[in-house]
Amino acid sequence: MIGIVGYGSYLPRYRIKVDLIAKQWGADPEAIKRGLLLYEKTVPGQDEDTITISVEAARYALQRARIDPQKIGAVYIGSESHPYAVKPSATVLIDALGIGPHVHAASYEFACKAGTEAMYSAYSLVKAGEMEYALGIGADTSQGAPGDALEYSASAGGSAFIMGKENVIAEILFTNSYTSDTPDFWRREHEFYPRHAGRFTGEPAYFKHILNAGKTLLEKSGLSPKDFQFAVFHMPNGKFPLEVGKKLGFTKEQMEAGWISPWMGNTYSGSSPTGLSAILDVAKPGDNIFMVSFGSGAGSDGFIFKVTNEIDNVRDLAPKLRDMLDNDKIYLDYGQYAKFRQKIILNE
Amino acid sequence: MKEVAVIGVGMTKFGELWQKSFRDIFVEAALKAIENSGVDHIDSMYIGTMSSGLFVGQEHIGAVMADYLGVTPIPATRVESACASGGAAFRQAYFEVASGHSEIILAGGVEKMTDGADVTEALATAADQEYEVYNGITFPGLYAMIATAHMHQYKTTREQLAHVAVKNHKNGSMNPNAQFSFPVTLEQVMKSTMVADPLRLLDCSPVSDGGAAAIVCSLDYAKKLKKPYVKVIASAQASDTIALHSRESLTALKCVSIAAEKAYKQAGLKPTDINFAEVHDCFTIAEIVVTEDLGFFEKGKGGAAAENGVTSIEGKIPVNTSGGLKSKGHPVGATGIAQIIECYEQLTGNSGERQVKNAKIGLAQNMGGSGASCIIHILEAI
Amino acid sequence: MITPRYHREIPQRHRLEAGKCKQCGHISFPPRLVCPKCKSKSFETVNLSREGKILTFTIIRVGPDKFSKETPYVVAIIELSEGRSANAGVRLTAQIADCDVDKVEIGDKVKLVFRKIQDEGKSGLHCYGYKAVII
Repeated sequence: MIGIVGYGSYLPRYRIKVDLIAKQWGADPEAIKRGLLLYEKTVPGQDEDTITISVEAARYALQRARIDPQKIGAVYIGSESHPYAVKPSATVLIDALGIGPHVHAASYEFACKAGTEAMYSAYSLVKAGEMEYALGIGADTSQGAPGDALEYSASAGGSAFIMGKENVIAEILFTNSYTSDTPDFWRREHEFYPRHAGRFTGEPAYFKHILNAGKTLLEKSGLSPKDFQFAVFHMPNGKFPLEVGKKLGFTKEQMEAGWISPWMGNTYSGSSPTGLSAILDVAKPGDNIFMVSFGSGAGSDGFIFKVTNEIDNVRDLAPKLRDMLDNDKIYLDYGQYAKFRQKIILNE
Repeated sequence: MKEVAVIGVGMTKFGELWQKSFRDIFVEAALKAIENSGVDHIDSMYIGTMSSGLFVGQEHIGAVMADYLGVTPIPATRVESACASGGAAFRQAYFEVASGHSEIILAGGVEKMTDGADVTEALATAADQEYEVYNGITFPGLYAMIATAHMHQYKTTREQLAHVAVKNHKNGSMNPNAQFSFPVTLEQVMKSTMVADPLRLLDCSPVSDGGAAAIVCSLDYAKKLKKPYVKVIASAQASDTIALHSRESLTALKCVSIAAEKAYKQAGLKPTDINFAEVHDCFTIAEIVVTEDLGFFEKGKGGAAAENGVTSIEGKIPVNTSGGLKSKGHPVGATGIAQIIECYEQLTGNSGERQVKNAKIGLAQNMGGSGASCIIHILEAI
Repeated sequence: MITPRYHREIPQRHRLEAGKCKQCGHISFPPRLVCPKCKSKSFETVNLSREGKILTFTIIRVGPDKFSKETPYVVAIIELSEGRSANAGVRLTAQIADCDVDKVEIGDKVKLVFRKIQDEGKSGLHCYGYKAVII
């Protein structure tokens, strides 16, 4: 059996309400909330970035996995906000957590699906028998230009998954990927904010890729939506994942546990992985989980997990996602948020 | 060992000396001291400066100052012990005379802090760069942590801290060389801008330029000159951990109590024999803790002593009659020498309206970092 | 923070590596070559616990240029749960992150987290380390 042996998530404590962002740019807050189903989002502290988020998420994953960090043979961090354009994020992480130095490590980038790609690589290496354990992480301190629609959703957080063969808590039954060159969203080298193609990001990008990946995954598995207790999709806002899930035949009840974007925002590479983490916090042995990510550019990774009895032994060994999402929040005003996100031009 | 005397002193006004350079400030103070002493030459020179490299980008201070004072080729050495650099320079001069190696030495101190460097960062180099400063602590912050702990442990009050500032400003208002020669009220201190809780702006010594110099010679030589002189009856120094967090106590400065014990022993005195003291009040809390650790007051009673006027000029043990670092100013390297100058003036009866009555024994306590170095000198009137 | 210097401190800043004296058990953080308690020169490497309590603190309102955009922030002296028995005594200075600066108190329980501490300018190194959060 191969699958997840430990998982962990980390969300910053800071939040900004969508109302404040809307008000700042003269938009109607109610229209935004109604249209995108977004209410608030996480904001990284001035001392947080993809690396610090990854370290804390992976620390929790290790707490749950209860393994010697030295046995981890690969660490991949998927993000589109790696603190360095050139210098791996994972090297900082392995030194902080006592992994390696005999370890493969790299930074992944594939817009919002770099995290699931990291998970897939980790899973595949264990499956290939190359190593006992591998760590895949999706984390971001997402960028969204001031005044752009992305600003309502771009948030911060991440999740880490240790793949292994022993004491598996969620077996990976099937995977697949659907990828095509679809320029719906991009960020050029040296640019601070991404650009996107407006409504083109919807039907030809998000929906097309998730639906194709999802349908193929269902065919491959021979399962139908009703065979799943949970489903989670990439969450660029609150609305899209519910729509795409419905099109694939899933109900809101199946999506409820992993549907966190209305209060978390879009943690880009950490989006669907963090939804998965929220599901594992509540899933029971024997439950099936359906997951499809989406990354602009564009592609979707699909996974089917089967939760094992082991989940009951590890669930309480680290903080749960909903606790982090619902408690100890520190609300920022737009000025503080602009300062935290370095949106203010300073003198050198 | 020869007995040692101070035969003349000189200092610049402390303050923001925009038109004066680092070297000119030192030379001005040194010339005044030489003239004041009446000596016709000096055999060597020690200059205390904390961070000329960061403040003005100049090292090799011994040579710079010997050159500009016009005393080459005499030996000239820069001495550094953070904020106790002046005291350390004086102590080196003391040793050189006591050993009989030289007859007349100039001990000076100087700092130029207003030439545009990041003063907070430069001062913080006196703390542990790797494990304190790296994490964002500042110097006011370190003393603020001592204050928080002292207030917690001994119920020292915020008002008592303010009383130190009020007293020192009152003293400084009578000192023509003081940077802040004006009094402040308790209310002004209590309402001044918060710098590092619980320390406010008026709890902190200022950023200053200034120089100070003293002429040190053997007692025998001093007797030959027909000028006032004072005798140095103790010179003691102690060190402690560089990081505040490594110390056993966060409310006591062990380097002060150990240096004091040594100094009292050398001089054959007790704390009660001291008539007045210049102490290192870089922050108001420092004066409270130091006066306790010098043995003037029981541990935890320093705040009450300041509040009750025990340390005022008319009090039982006047502290910082010059105005202290707080009001006189704190051009870091010059401070230790300026303390010696105040002792010299008090002991020779030249302190004007801030003169302590019957001043026979004075103590100068100079401190580096958050209490990682302490240098104490005791001087006696002849 | 210049690269070689930063790199040398990574075991301490990233994973709290300390030196435990083989003779008297005193834990030194950072590791030292001479035990400050018994002067022994023989140590084993240990990783510090990540929990402790606040012994004293301050709120920095005026910071050095490097930290001036983050004020006000709390810096505290923290005693880790190794305790301060005769042979131990692990204290360190760290910022208290994500807190209401006016509500921090002596005795507050904290845990250490991994955070970015400073930047070497806009194009330089990100320098990481430990901060504490109140639990």
